[in-house]
Amino acid sequence: MEQSGEYRVQAGLDQVWQGLNDPEILARCIDGCLTMEKTSEDRFETTVKARIGPVSATFHTVLELTEVVAPTRYTINASVTGGAAGFARGTAQVRLSEDPDRSGATMLRYAVKANVGGKLAQVGSRLIDGAARKMANDFFAAFGEEISGEVPVATGANAPEVERFEASGQWKIWLIVFAALAIGVILAL
Amino acid sequence: MNEAKSATGIGASVKRKEDVRFITGSGCYTDDINQPGQSHAAFLRSPYARARIESIDASAALEIEGVIAVLTGADMVADGLGDIPCGWLVKQKDGSDMVSAPHPPMAATQTNYVGEPYGVVIADTLAAARLGMEAVLTDFTELDAIVDLATVRDSEQIHEGVEGNLAFDWELGEREATEAALASAAHVTRLDLTNNRLIPNAMEPRAALGIFDKVSGEHTLYTTSQNPHLARLVLSAFVQIAPEHKLRIVAPDVGGGFGSKIFIYAEETAVIWAARKVGRPVKWTADRSESFLADAHGRDHITHAELGTDEEGRFVALKVQTTANLGAYLSTFGSAVPTYLYGTLMAGQYSTPNIYVEVQGVYTNTAPVDAYRGAGRPEATYVVERIVETAARELGRDPVELRRLNMIKPDQFPYETPVALVYDTGNYEASLAKALVHADYAGFAERRAAAAAEGKRRGIGLACYIEACGLAPSNLAIQLGAQVGLYESGEIRVNPTGSVTVFTGSHSHGQGHETTFAQVVSDKLGIPFEDVEVVHGDTGRVEFGLGTYGSRSLAVGGSALIRAAEKLITKGRRIAAHMLEAEVDAVEFIDGDFLVKDSNQSLSFAEIAFAAYVPANYPEDLEPGFSEKAFYDPENFTYPAGTHIAEVEVDVDTGVVELKQFVAVDDFGNVINPMIVTGQVHGGVAQGAGQALLEQAIYDEFGQLVTGSYMDYCMPRADDVPDFTVDTTVTPCTHNPLGVKGCGEAGAIGSPAAIMNAVTDAVGDNSISMPATSEKVWRALR
Repeated sequence: MEQSGEYRVQAGLDQVWQGLNDPEILARCIDGCLTMEKTSEDRFETTVKARIGPVSATFHTVLELTEVVAPTRYTINASVTGGAAGFARGTAQVRLSEDPDRSGATMLRYAVKANVGGKLAQVGSRLIDGAARKMANDFFAAFGEEISGEVPVATGANAPEVERFEASGQWKIWLIVFAALAIGVILAL
Repeated sequence: MNEAKSATGIGASVKRKEDVRFITGSGCYTDDINQPGQSHAAFLRSPYARARIESIDASAALEIEGVIAVLTGADMVADGLGDIPCGWLVKQKDGSDMVSAPHPPMAATQTNYVGEPYGVVIADTLAAARLGMEAVLTDFTELDAIVDLATVRDSEQIHEGVEGNLAFDWELGEREATEAALASAAHVTRLDLTNNRLIPNAMEPRAALGIFDKVSGEHTLYTTSQNPHLARLVLSAFVQIAPEHKLRIVAPDVGGGFGSKIFIYAEETAVIWAARKVGRPVKWTADRSESFLADAHGRDHITHAELGTDEEGRFVALKVQTTANLGAYLSTFGSAVPTYLYGTLMAGQYSTPNIYVEVQGVYTNTAPVDAYRGAGRPEATYVVERIVETAARELGRDPVELRRLNMIKPDQFPYETPVALVYDTGNYEASLAKALVHADYAGFAERRAAAAAEGKRRGIGLACYIEACGLAPSNLAIQLGAQVGLYESGEIRVNPTGSVTVFTGSHSHGQGHETTFAQVVSDKLGIPFEDVEVVHGDTGRVEFGLGTYGSRSLAVGGSALIRAAEKLITKGRRIAAHMLEAEVDAVEFIDGDFLVKDSNQSLSFAEIAFAAYVPANYPEDLEPGFSEKAFYDPENFTYPAGTHIAEVEVDVDTGVVELKQFVAVDDFGNVINPMIVTGQVHGGVAQGAGQALLEQAIYDEFGQLVTGSYMDYCMPRADDVPDFTVDTTVTPCTHNPLGVKGCGEAGAIGSPAAIMNAVTDAVGDNSISMPATSEKVWRALR
């Protein structure tokens, strides 16, 4: 899977950077987040529990940051394991910059390459693009509100507004599963 | 078509008895059966294509309410359970045995494909079992997956002791003579082909219900099997689940198999074992995802073929080199399918004098590959019929005329091929001629021009296939490596009132045995069709059987019933002779009556049956009772053959291929029920169309199955196929009492080659591979 996106957050560069490095803020922005720990300067570990009907899984994600250039870029290596639900792993390159068109706003750009395994792969990688993008959007909505009180805007050709899925239970779990990877993307910002 | 004697006899299109329950939701499938105290199983499956199991932590799972036990592959090893054996031992070129890697029912130390079971959670409810499954923490060390057939030989070794991941390097035919003939041929056609990997997709997923009675020590397994006796034999003799007399296997209504339910699988094995371990019945029904991952897949070959022709276009030599993907383990018939069910068919319908086939069977980190409708013969037909069509194009010859020139002529039978088979009978030109008429072959140019006028490309393609069915003469099969005989059993128990119960070792999972076998027996015994009940699929009721696959039910199982009926008639004549005070030789059996020649004395079948059970004044040498059984071992394979003609239209703008017309003219020998035969052909052709145009199982470079649901694995639907034209020609099989050959697989054998010949004809690009998706075709048109 390859995906990229672009968002505008109504907050300054440093503020966004700090927010993205604050495990407490992040944990509040992720639905179902059980733990969010910054285990070292460049490493986060998180568990997210998702449960729909009889299906339930806890996704454990380890994120390692490399090529960190504060407050503008880093690369993240993410590994997500979900037991019976499968796993995901990938790298994301993330850049922050001041929005040239609007002072006090920050542009976030990410490009992620990932592959998935187990049930995640089986259920259809073509779904995952949409799911991951939706997760990214949901996270940014929460994150933007958290740090600026305003919902950020998806911008650019690669980040169209994602339609809302009226998901069935079975379907929804995959969205949530993939949130773990999306979180990786987001954290790197 | 043979004339039916009566509305329900041989040759009559009797409506299927079993359909009443099937189409009214009244069938009884494994999942419909429930037991008091029943628990449920959820399997732990490897998310990795190849990984070492470092540890399994079940503590959190065991705390979940309702979870009874978490059992692992290591527990199975500790209980002394054996590996699942491969049922066919193939000899390699150098005479050595194939290399069969151990196939544990559940992985204990290393998993070798995504979806491989390595443990099972047993719980009070399915929901609790699934929760438990998700709570088990397994620590894997992922290893590199070996997936690519092109590089598998040079990749890391998957199994200890299997160098180059090569299970066998097998050959058939004369290499030197074939190469010499190719070297001196006037023209050599070369072709590289891929036979796409398929997932069987039976309508009913696999299921199992294991029951252990601790008082009697009896184990009962209800399961979706095409051959319950074979399953019992393997589970007792090899896996050592239970002694054979303490193990009953029942395969009740089974919703389709296509081969995938022949094999001995992990889950069924684990369920019966677990039932004893936890002291409660254990049920498991695969969800569709599990079917995708862990049912044995089909096909998956890459092949290079060379066909030499002389100046007149006569085939002088065919050389075929194939790499066959066997998956992670050798499944029950996994080694036979790409060898003896494949290489032996390379003569096709032609008198090619020199043929050489070599097949390398390789292990990969994918699901095991085994028989799928046609099993080796669709792959062989695809090679032969694609290369023959290609040769015709290269030589500028009409593909019909080139085929006709090379066909084995009716007066050449029995015909011994260079690849080990002796065709007993056939008339290939008759099927071809009839198919050409149905397809209006002569009018094709006009239809092509009309399509062109609308901006579409129309193509036509033939496949003149042959298959070897009616598996199999036991002595031959065992010589070739089979580990069991391939006869079939049949028993006819006559009740005192004259109705009969028929027990067959064949198994029906959609084929209609309850109807056709009743037609055969009622016709043979001259009793009403309604008076015949057919019982199958239960080791507790049927003495023995080898099951249904390879279009063998009627040719082998039906023949066993004829033999049993003959024994009954013999005994009936003795009873009649006694009762009518005549010589046995003077008693004839005609249409249900025992008659004394040259007299008006006769007794009906029912009267004889009654006398047999109420034996007043019986002589000492005549036993009471009226029940006979027979084991029938065929002398030879049967050889259904025919011509399939496909016509397609390609939309140049979108690449969409539309199957416009499909004609199948098959020679199945005598036909018992034409309607059922037509239905079998329809289903087979639809499956073949699926392979040609839509279906493909894809593993990514990490061994992940990315076509793991119907969103990514495309099955044919009603609107993907046209109204088929189906007809038959008849040359009765010469060596079985019914003169039948078998019709279950033909549709899937002939159609992929016919359709691909049509697609490549329409597009003008011979390199398009199956499935001919709109994307591939669109690219080829650019």
